[in-house]
Amino acid sequence: MSIFDILGPVMVGPSSSHTAGAVRMGQIVRRLVGGEPVRAKILLAGSFASTGAGHGTPRALVAGLMGFDPDDERIPRSFEIAKERGLAFEFGTVTLRDAHPNSALITAVNDRGEQVEVGASSPGGGRIRVFEVDGLPASFSGEVPTLIVRSDDMPGYVSRVTGVLAAQGINMSKLQVERSARGGRALMVIECDQRIPYRVKTAITAIEGIHKVTRLNPGEESK
Amino acid sequence: MSTYSSMAELLALSEKNGTPVWETVRLADCAEQGITPESSWETMKNLLSVMRQADRGYDRRHRSMSGLSGGDAGLMEDYIASGKSILGPLVSRVMAAALRMGECNACMKRIVAAPTAGACGVLPAVLLTVAEAQHIPDDRVVEALYVAAGVGAVIAQRASISGAECGCQAEIGSAASMAAAALVHLLGGTGEQMSNAAALALKSLLGLVCDPVGGLVEVPCVKRNVTGALTALSSADMSLAGIQSRIPADEVFDAMREIGEKMDRTLRETGEGGLAATPTGRRRTNPRE
Ligand code: SF4
Repeated sequence: MSIFDILGPVMVGPSSSHTAGAVRMGQIVRRLVGGEPVRAKILLAGSFASTGAGHGTPRALVAGLMGFDPDDERIPRSFEIAKERGLAFEFGTVTLRDAHPNSALITAVNDRGEQVEVGASSPGGGRIRVFEVDGLPASFSGEVPTLIVRSDDMPGYVSRVTGVLAAQGINMSKLQVERSARGGRALMVIECDQRIPYRVKTAITAIEGIHKVTRLNPGEESK
Repeated sequence: MSTYSSMAELLALSEKNGTPVWETVRLADCAEQGITPESSWETMKNLLSVMRQADRGYDRRHRSMSGLSGGDAGLMEDYIASGKSILGPLVSRVMAAALRMGECNACMKRIVAAPTAGACGVLPAVLLTVAEAQHIPDDRVVEALYVAAGVGAVIAQRASISGAECGCQAEIGSAASMAAAALVHLLGGTGEQMSNAAALALKSLLGLVCDPVGGLVEVPCVKRNVTGALTALSSADMSLAGIQSRIPADEVFDAMREIGEKMDRTLRETGEGGLAATPTGRRRTNPRE
């Protein structure tokens, strides 16, 4: 923990968990869908559903989907800005078992018709944790460089992906692999010690059966 | 930050290295985070300027999404202008500043969480107002922010700075404790006096529960920022007068943790107990988009 976790973050109020964390969630969904989101369905759970509106949670989530940072003063006007930009969104509520009370399930579609569904929680202090991507369990915060690879489940693909990282001299600190069924869809989440360069993404995307590669480098969320 | 986990250790470190408390906090954080003292200073200075911008950007016409907050700092300003305030110009200006920041937060303006968004008014209210009244240069105010951060870091390690974990004592209480120590630095006090002021402030707010109406960071949060700021002022003054807290700061922090652990969950940010559960509190239902 840094002293700037004690004083800070600079954020648009009123709540670090329900406002700042919600912006971060939207940002991560934006990164995972890639490109410009044009449609989003946002299901609020627990305390997000019961107290979200008064905390500006829905506006914060939409702001994050457009790539705004948690201290962006346009957050209170995000609905209007989304309309201008052609991002259609709808809200609902959902009950999530075993999830943190501050959670949401977000489905986003980008301008190329690609879709992602992300479940995430905001436990406090503006930090977040993704617990699900496309129905597969995951656990990452994006506070360290993180690579998310969505693919088919194929023999040897894990070593081919990690091989690319090794060749670039990037050290992995945590590796999670999940699949829907043998030979089904797979999700790999790799947390790294070093910033993940663009060429890693290109190299991994070239591997057969890989559908989507997302890099999360802290401090570069909104790009 | 692992270099100190108590006020006693922080003061000992400052003594050993021959650096003032604020500088000890800065250098320890730089070593831990791998950043330069210059960039740390720039970040801290920026926090001060965000606090000031928020304070100046206050608009008494703005209301929160729920309609529960807004305009109260304006009423306080009118009252100060009438010259009738019991506490006199300086202290009532601190009150108005605490309300301004609390209301800015409730109305989705940009603020600095200090240590949380709900308690964001305490520290800027006392530092900006006292610094202005006594013509204290900005560099010294930035140093005072390091002192506040150091106290907050100790509290976070020994107890908590989250209402959901330990109740409002951990938010408004911690903010008051941090602000009291920061004020002592601003006014040229010693490290011992800073630690003592931190103890005095938190002692007065131990046991404070987190019971936000409708689960929203508005009622009682906005006005508790005033309580926190006033407690910080009186604690700093007592400490500079030579009045001792009989219980040292670190033990006060530990007591806060123990009290927080015993606090019922309905009184820890769930919006299910205390003021939130009063008949009027319950009627304040959450707005819809
Ligand atoms: S009542 Fe709860 S939400 Fe409000 S300031 Fe205190 S700790 Fe924060």
